[in-house]
Amino acid sequence: MSGNEAVSRGAWEAGCRVAAAYPGTPATEILEYASQMPDMYSEWSVNEKISLEVAIGASLAGSRALCAMKHVGLNIAADALMTQTLVGVNGGLVIAVADDVGLSSSQNEQDSRFWGRFAHVPMLEPADAQEAYEMVKYAFELSERFNAPVILRMTTRICHVKAVVIPGGRKEHCQEAGFQKDASRMVMTPSNARHAIPRMYEREDKLRMFSDECELNYIKKGNDKRVGYITSGPTFMHVQESFPDAPTLKIGLSYPLPMEKIRELASQVEQLVIVEEVEPIAETEIKAAGIEVLGKEILPRIGELAPDVLRPAIAKLLGEEVIQESSSIPVPTPQPQVKVPVSMHNADIFPRPPTMCVACPHLGIYYCLSKIRNTSISGDIGCYTLGAGHPWNALDTTICMGASMGVAHGLDKGRVEADKDKRIIAVIGDSTFMHTGMQGLLDITYNKGNVTVLLLDNRAVGMTGGQYNPGSGRDIHGEESMRVSFAKLCEALGVKSERIHKVNPYELPTLFKAIRQEININDTSVIITNQPCVLVDFYGAQPALSVDDDKCTGCKNCLSIGCPAIYVTRRETVIKPNGKERDLAFVRIDSAACTGCDLCPKTCGPDAIIPMEGFVRQ
Amino acid sequence: MSDNNITNIMVAGIGGQGVMTAAEILSQTALAQGYDVKKTEVAGMSQRGGVVTSHVRFGNRILSPAIPPGETDILVGFEPAEALRWCEQLRPSGVAMVNTMRQEPPVVSLGLFDYPEDPVGDILKAGINVHAFDAGAISRELGNPKLVNTVMLGAISKYLPFSAEILKNEILDRFRTHKPKLVEINERAFEAGQAAEVANR
Repeated sequence: MSGNEAVSRGAWEAGCRVAAAYPGTPATEILEYASQMPDMYSEWSVNEKISLEVAIGASLAGSRALCAMKHVGLNIAADALMTQTLVGVNGGLVIAVADDVGLSSSQNEQDSRFWGRFAHVPMLEPADAQEAYEMVKYAFELSERFNAPVILRMTTRICHVKAVVIPGGRKEHCQEAGFQKDASRMVMTPSNARHAIPRMYEREDKLRMFSDECELNYIKKGNDKRVGYITSGPTFMHVQESFPDAPTLKIGLSYPLPMEKIRELASQVEQLVIVEEVEPIAETEIKAAGIEVLGKEILPRIGELAPDVLRPAIAKLLGEEVIQESSSIPVPTPQPQVKVPVSMHNADIFPRPPTMCVACPHLGIYYCLSKIRNTSISGDIGCYTLGAGHPWNALDTTICMGASMGVAHGLDKGRVEADKDKRIIAVIGDSTFMHTGMQGLLDITYNKGNVTVLLLDNRAVGMTGGQYNPGSGRDIHGEESMRVSFAKLCEALGVKSERIHKVNPYELPTLFKAIRQEININDTSVIITNQPCVLVDFYGAQPALSVDDDKCTGCKNCLSIGCPAIYVTRRETVIKPNGKERDLAFVRIDSAACTGCDLCPKTCGPDAIIPMEGFVRQ
Repeated sequence: MSDNNITNIMVAGIGGQGVMTAAEILSQTALAQGYDVKKTEVAGMSQRGGVVTSHVRFGNRILSPAIPPGETDILVGFEPAEALRWCEQLRPSGVAMVNTMRQEPPVVSLGLFDYPEDPVGDILKAGINVHAFDAGAISRELGNPKLVNTVMLGAISKYLPFSAEILKNEILDRFRTHKPKLVEINERAFEAGQAAEVANR
């Protein structure tokens, strides 16, 4: 099973009774799996802070509780965490946080290990799926034993790696006395918090001592004593793969650090190297403890520290050349030993950046935005961030979840003379709007702002795979639930009802007119689109479209929609009567991909895009 | 590590092509054969037409889930330019199985980048043992464009440390439980892949 599945499984076996999360790559699947487990309440929360608050409440009520999020999610949830650490737990509380080391799908690469230090809570780092499974169970025990929330720090290489896990059965677990009123402990007024802080430091001291005796921290012996390695999380596997015979400290409980074990390893080897991904957090602490160690002097601060990075770095340290290993499996026709020429490096091949799906309801929005001049477009986190790419180039800022609103308001209020005629547009999706965007809209209306908000309601969390949210009308199990009315919500947040429009994003003329009209009115308006994400099961595909080759003039208008189903078959350069060159590109449509959304025909002057004859969808 | 007898397979393609499914099937098959298995991929934005690669490793004991550079035994390229992009990850003795059906991304359609003229030729020039054929056309002839996955698995089946029958049965079993109507056509697709491998050396 994957690391994410292993976390859900481990939590369930530990008797966890409540699990909550907001979707976010690479942690999304933790709750997807959790939702399939019996006897465990699960929910998609509206944002990560709420998911942690739900878990805190459940813990105080006496249940073991899990919340899961991606690294940036913990920024949102940090407000709750920083005080929860003073309150402590009743039922065990585990926060699974997944770092996107290598930035496969995130706006930054921040290191969640800082939170253990900042919140003075223990942190566990699994090295693979089996460990994720074991550690989450261990984490609940640790949480109850030390009266602290426990952070389980994962990375993409743990979350999305599938490996062998041997599962067991569930053991029911709860604090039978239930919720115990104790305002001095759980009502964090300054006077109560003041008493809690020394208790937290005392707990941290005990954890520091425990770390040196914890079975999750151990030295794996080795004979090659030239370099000893300190590892945690996936780097243990990378080091084992690269240097199988080197003495290696495997740190599972990574905060507080097992400083005596680090000293022990240091005394056994000629040189000590710490292999930690992203920030030199442990390195700094080890050096401060007076132990000589090499870290970021020889290893990069960005990305994964896999064998491809480790081997050359250590070879350089030891003054060796990197040795190519020989083949391990029998191949029927032995080939001569060849070296791939340097010119073949994959960087030479065209990039294939992620782009919007075929027939995505956002395509029409960005087509319109790319045609409107003199705008500043404030974007947000979601599929629509892709609007910054080709062919639209219609997004000017993206900071974090919900930021499109406040940033747009700031672009408006902070404008200088040169920008006096700029129209300010904010683009945000339904889920992001509910996550942290709607407070920003309230700020705009309250402070008499002038922003045209495009609220792209596709009724799902698209980028993470189409999970449900309060705009879908379905809960985590796919069962019917309330469905928020964005028009009413925006009106309640202070937008005038005549400034709220619902449009079908596939009806280009209507959409274009609505945007044009609202950007020229000196007031805040919201244009809400109403067509579902193509990934959700209630999306209705239509028969595919095709191109009439005789009618296609090669004008390329349809290409500016940016639909991946449209491809070029032939290019030509013609000389126009005025002597200027014009590039033509004749297109076709991939019938297996096209869902007949009917957007591209609206850009086609000669009506060359027509329904495909005799099309049968497979 | 030759004493550990590890097989490293890299499946490369584009989000939505079935790269992850192919990797999943290979992993499950290896697991059923008693190997330790690790499979890793970078998902997330790859769902939106980006590059997707999956690493499948199996042997006595697997540590790092990522295939070290230049140690790939089998490269399964679902698209020719993607095969070219990753071919330098092959061992000198490795084999590349390439579907020649091109998929040009919008940045190429828009004229911002060029698609390589002859990606398979470039792989060959690098001295790599490559088998290339149009798995898309084979699938369409069989009547379902979604069969590419099974065709490609059939094509690599003789290079695995277990028999082709075992892999074929793993694939067909998946359909037997969920979509029994598709068992026969997938069997034909698997065999067509095996034939294509032989015919395209």
